Amino acid sequence: MAGESGKIDPMYQFKIEPLAQLNLAGYDVSFTNSSLFMVLVLGALWVFMAGGMKREMVPGRWQMAVEGATGFINNMLTANVGPEGKKYVPLVFSLFMFILMANLMGMMPFGIVPGVHPFTITSHLTVTAVLALFSFGTVLVVGFWKHGLHFFSLFVPHGTPWWLLWLIPVIELFSFMIRPFSLALRLFVAMTAGHIMMKVLAGFVINGLNAEAAWVPLIVSFPAFVLMIGITLLELLVSAIQAYVFALLTSLYINDAVNLH
Amino acid sequence: MDAEAAQMIGAGLAAIGAGIAAGGVGNVFSSFLQGALRNPAAADSQQGRLFIGFAAVELLGLLAFVIAMILIFVA
Repeated sequence: MAGESGKIDPMYQFKIEPLAQLNLAGYDVSFTNSSLFMVLVLGALWVFMAGGMKREMVPGRWQMAVEGATGFINNMLTANVGPEGKKYVPLVFSLFMFILMANLMGMMPFGIVPGVHPFTITSHLTVTAVLALFSFGTVLVVGFWKHGLHFFSLFVPHGTPWWLLWLIPVIELFSFMIRPFSLALRLFVAMTAGHIMMKVLAGFVINGLNAEAAWVPLIVSFPAFVLMIGITLLELLVSAIQAYVFALLTSLYINDAVNLH
Repeated sequence: MDAEAAQMIGAGLAAIGAGIAAGGVGNVFSSFLQGALRNPAAADSQQGRLFIGFAAVELLGLLAFVIAMILIFVA
């Protein structure tokens, strides 16, 4: 990680490296470290869910954890969409758990094994954009399927005065079309910014320890290390909050599609 | 002023936006706490709205970060 000159490149952690070269009809579809971490996230999710779906009459700790997660999303959709929201629990639950696991998987200290470093798949705009398109596409499909062309009344809120009819639909359309971008960008930037900050602070610690002067480790490295512990805890919080916000906004958008305004 | 210096200054100026967004996020949570302490019974039902407000404010701060990153690494 540390270069020859002692300069630490905080962007190196986001580099996608092919692990197995694959070419399909001229396109590069290699199995990359990003794919590897997606598989790891899927595996972790599978183990977590399978361990709690034994349907015991007296739930153990594991089953309580899984029931807590599903009940959390269930409550969110019931509160925001109403009784019809139950249909969308699988979608929102999958998005929430995948994002949460991916964020947390990127925080795992795999770096203690030499040559291995964790990769945060949600720190790439392509990944988060696809997740946001799932959310946005569901809204479009559900909205047009349930309401037909009446779905466009979403852009004219109730009680709009007639003399504002030229302006409000334009603003509403703009705020509607910007949803997938804001969903994708928020998740991507929050994870990227946090990881860059952690790497920069880690660079302070390492470079301070390697410095010639004896006072540098105490004055620079130690405070940076203490700060890094705090930032790491903050990052864990951000991982959870971003997953929660993504699920919450998705359920709000689904509410728009199901119930209109 | 050469272009590279201007890029770095622009990236630094973008950090002001991140700082102001920090104030905005603080405002969201402080207002929530003020309301929640006056009527604790109603606080739990408003937590979804708290996070919607938080998400909206935070996005604008993150956009400042994106501008800084574009200036440093892309432009």
